[in-house]
Amino acid sequence: MSDAATQPTRLADLANPTRFLDLSGKVLPWLGAIALIVTAIGLAMGFAAPEDYQQGSTVRIMYIHVPFAWISMMCYMVMAVAALGTLVWKHPLADVSLKAAAPIGAVFTALALATGSIWGRPMWGTWWVWDGRLTSVFVLFLMYLGLIALTRALDDPARSARAAAIVTLVGVINIPIIKFSVEWWNTLHQPASVMRLDGPTIHSSLLWPLLISALGFSLLFFTFHIMAMRAEIWRRRVSVMRRMMAKRADRDAAA
Amino acid sequence: MNHALFVTAAYVVSALALLGLGAWILLDQRARQKEMADLEAAGVKRRSERKARRDAAS
Repeated sequence: MSDAATQPTRLADLANPTRFLDLSGKVLPWLGAIALIVTAIGLAMGFAAPEDYQQGSTVRIMYIHVPFAWISMMCYMVMAVAALGTLVWKHPLADVSLKAAAPIGAVFTALALATGSIWGRPMWGTWWVWDGRLTSVFVLFLMYLGLIALTRALDDPARSARAAAIVTLVGVINIPIIKFSVEWWNTLHQPASVMRLDGPTIHSSLLWPLLISALGFSLLFFTFHIMAMRAEIWRRRVSVMRRMMAKRADRDAAA
Repeated sequence: MNHALFVTAAYVVSALALLGLGAWILLDQRARQKEMADLEAAGVKRRSERKARRDAAS
């Protein structure tokens, strides 16, 4: 055998669930600790920063609302990449990643909607409007719920993987709709103020706490995601072992 | 109306939801590991483990 075949690349190493468990077990405590520290720094900076001249103290809701909204979309893109992993590369961890991410995405999306709503009441004078941005994010939330149901509907993960991957990829169309909803339709929601071609329009005293919080919450998302992936790998191992035990019991009974 | 109330509500709701999510994932991990330990104690081995043992023995 050639050297190339005996020395797999690092990425291929990760395709092996046992290697993934080993490596993620070592990385997770650090990742979790860094996530908590960075989030705490970001939020502390947010509370130390001056209040917004229009929003007053409610601007502080933005340090959690905006990261949650970004992560709700980032999580969906992680799932879309995983869906490609299932359909194109038949990566053994791709479906594990998709299934594990769905509930986490649902929680972050629900929090984006909830914190937005709590901010909207004092600032817009209403908890909710059915406009382009809010409705498209609500649709994203429903898609997460649908994918949670779909990935847990069948006992055999190999059969639900394909269906979940296809549905996930079809749903990607919603992501640009969310992003550009504030430009395409009349809405109460403000247009993009950070991710724009001509640069952010937020003053740096408010922008930095926001970016650091967003980094912290993103690290927290990946910590949760890797933890949930480990649980899912174990769940699949248990079901394989149970099936083997049942087969053995059948053989013993027949003998 | 007092804005501090809205800010507090947003942070409390978020903290509860994220703590709940983390706890749920941790409990899921614990339960699955216990199931694996029980099955291994009952003598069930995964195919790869049996193969590894055979390889080591030969």
